[in-house]
Amino acid sequence: MEFLVGLWNAVPEGLQVLIWTLVKIVAIVAPMMLVVAYYTYAERKIIGYMQVRIGPNRVGPKGWLQPIADAVKLMFKEIVVPSNANRALFLFAPLLVIGPALAAWAVFPFSAELVLADINAGLLYILALSSMGVYGIIIAGWASNSKYGFLGAMRSAAQMVAYEIAMGFALVGVLVAAGTLNLGQIVLAQSGGLLHWFWLPLLPLFLIYFISGVAETNRAPFDVAEGESEIVAGFHIEYSGMAFAVFFLGEYANMILISALTALFFWGGWLNPFEGWPVLGPATAWVPGFVWLCLKTGVFMFLFLWFRATFPRYRYDQIMRLGWKVFIPITIVWILVVAVAVVYRLPPWWVS
Amino acid sequence: MSFEKVLFYLFAAVLVTASVMVVTRRNPVHAALFLVLAFFSSAVIWMLAEAEFLAITLVLVYVGAVMVLFLFVVMMLDVDVAALRAGFIRYLPVGVVVAVIMAAELVLVVGPRHFGLGQYAAPAAKAADYSNTETLGAALYTAYLYPFEIAGAILLVAIVAAIRLTLRRRPGTRYVDPSQQVHVKRADRVRLVKLAPEQKLEHK
Repeated sequence: MEFLVGLWNAVPEGLQVLIWTLVKIVAIVAPMMLVVAYYTYAERKIIGYMQVRIGPNRVGPKGWLQPIADAVKLMFKEIVVPSNANRALFLFAPLLVIGPALAAWAVFPFSAELVLADINAGLLYILALSSMGVYGIIIAGWASNSKYGFLGAMRSAAQMVAYEIAMGFALVGVLVAAGTLNLGQIVLAQSGGLLHWFWLPLLPLFLIYFISGVAETNRAPFDVAEGESEIVAGFHIEYSGMAFAVFFLGEYANMILISALTALFFWGGWLNPFEGWPVLGPATAWVPGFVWLCLKTGVFMFLFLWFRATFPRYRYDQIMRLGWKVFIPITIVWILVVAVAVVYRLPPWWVS
Repeated sequence: MSFEKVLFYLFAAVLVTASVMVVTRRNPVHAALFLVLAFFSSAVIWMLAEAEFLAITLVLVYVGAVMVLFLFVVMMLDVDVAALRAGFIRYLPVGVVVAVIMAAELVLVVGPRHFGLGQYAAPAAKAADYSNTETLGAALYTAYLYPFEIAGAILLVAIVAAIRLTLRRRPGTRYVDPSQQVHVKRADRVRLVKLAPEQKLEHK
């Protein structure tokens, strides 16, 4: 042990910072990958039960090893690069999808103290990173030199740009209500129990944020970018093996991120829902904040799957209409409402 | 060398390389992607200068929105690269003149005579709870309220004008009103026809 401490002190300071940061990153990314793997399993099981099937049940007890078997299979498959494809960009595109999805976790507060980088402009950072995810999809579609791929890329680019604006405006509402861009302080601004969380005063923004999040991750019912019935698999039609798996990981990591962010912005993050309630409040005070955060995130993660099992796919022009003509005007109006309520300290939420 | 300094030189090198690539790559999509990389590296350098709001806004606006649309257009255009390269020698003198003038202007403005640590003291590092965003917002909405609002109005007019100029109404398009679509009833679409088994068709 002393030897290890001596070794650590011998490392130059700059390198120490680097190593320590890398360790923290691994501590976030490794569990994330595990959650992604079992999220795919949960998806297949839940949608299976919704459709009166059993879902995967062969590999391991009750199919628990299915995601591992899938991962191993994908790792050993050949990555086929299409002829006349832009090889470098073709292989680079999956990284551009998964990179921002994982980097956004850097500012995410898991509890009051547990956050990798507690920066003031956390909300802006989240917005900036989520706007970068679209590159991976456009580049994948273009670089694979395939008409289906390119059509999927164009569709998803237009869709993501449209819904990003609605998402951004919804977050402006959150920022006005909380009066800060720091994610931890946004959570603390909602303290006071279930009815003080932002979902109630910002109800339209809450719904719009989550629906736009579903559209932003190209999930059903907004999954025209990979619409199987028209363009087979859209932007990742030419991908196989691990390159395809990375797209998949990115998509699921993004879904988890959107769920966690919705819980953070509108459902009070790590806060106890019964805070300040007569009996339930003290009875649940021992539950750590991280558990509440996981439960809330789980609800939204389940909604993603429920949507996919329930809703038919939107028609493309209706997706665009919903984004531009419905969501954006509603968010603008509600930002005004929230601003007036905050400035004039309107009850019941902004009495101080 | 401190960690920040390493980061600065790393991203400065990436920025310069990416900018050179933007003008030298033959493939316009590659050039656009290198421009994205250049924006991103300069955002990191701004971040090192503690201008976090500007840095993140640069990524949000230029990388996240402007360049996506740019890439969108560049990918859809079928650019003939050979035709683009044809005028290289012919336009080279003009390009060199413009480049030299711009470089000279830059040296005049930010050269050692007017700029650098000799003229201005290095700004003191701000406390950890100092919010760049708040300071900028306060300045924009108090001291510079009129210029800010006028700029906003001009941009709004520009948006409306651009939409008006490109809007064309095509008479032949078929459009279904979404509310009509939502309010459709079963009776509007479904007609039940009763067919008795082995019904004899009468020919008239």
